[in-house]
Amino acid sequence: MSHFAYIGVLIFCLIGTGWLELAMRTRVYRRWNRLMLAVLPVTVLFTLWDKYAIAQTHWTFDPKHVSTLTVWGTIPLDEILFFIVIPICAILTLEGVRSAHGDVVGDELLEQTAGDKK
Amino acid sequence: MTYTQLSFIGVAVCIGLDLWIFRTGLVKRRIFWKSYAIIISFQLLTNGILTGYRIVRYNGDKIIGSSTPVDSAPAFLGDGRLAFAPVEDLLFGFSLVLLTLVLWVWFGRIGIGRAPQSGPPRTFMRRLIK
Repeated sequence: MSHFAYIGVLIFCLIGTGWLELAMRTRVYRRWNRLMLAVLPVTVLFTLWDKYAIAQTHWTFDPKHVSTLTVWGTIPLDEILFFIVIPICAILTLEGVRSAHGDVVGDELLEQTAGDKK
Repeated sequence: MTYTQLSFIGVAVCIGLDLWIFRTGLVKRRIFWKSYAIIISFQLLTNGILTGYRIVRYNGDKIIGSSTPVDSAPAFLGDGRLAFAPVEDLLFGFSLVLLTLVLWVWFGRIGIGRAPQSGPPRTFMRRLIK
């Protein structure tokens, strides 16, 4: 169990936002190409930040509570997954709010936003 | 550089990308702050688990507060921490979320995955949130 503590938190995040795809019809996973294009650069950049932070001892991980698999020598696999899962959760949240409130986000076609609230 | 310095740079860079490079202007939109309000509450919960149980431990030389203790949980509030996590994590999380949403909106704006659009909620959700 304990090696899965961090991954358990990530699964909680995936379930905690995944229902929005069904109940709010966010259609985020369905637009997987846009999703991947948005998430992957973030994963790469924050992995670089993580690599630097670990090298500079900003933070360390309890080896008992993270996966035994590491990426690029020093980064627990859990961290890479974090930088994939949390961006997905953020997008699902934004689209969930758009579904509920219909607020303008800035990616609509022009005629859709005419006369809409900012 | 310390985590404190980097976390401020991260926020500045991401706001710069939002306002002047990708010109998505999310920080000027109500929907961004509504979404962020939801996200930050869940961040405090999940990050509180990761930091309170010391799955992730911080070096006091690199943050405003002191190091994560070896044998007990860090401060819940105070000593540069909020819900066990260093306040720097809030800035780190803000950068992570803002950059993601900037890219998501930007790709939509240039026509990738604009459709099918989000919503409307299913009927039972519409009744719930009305």
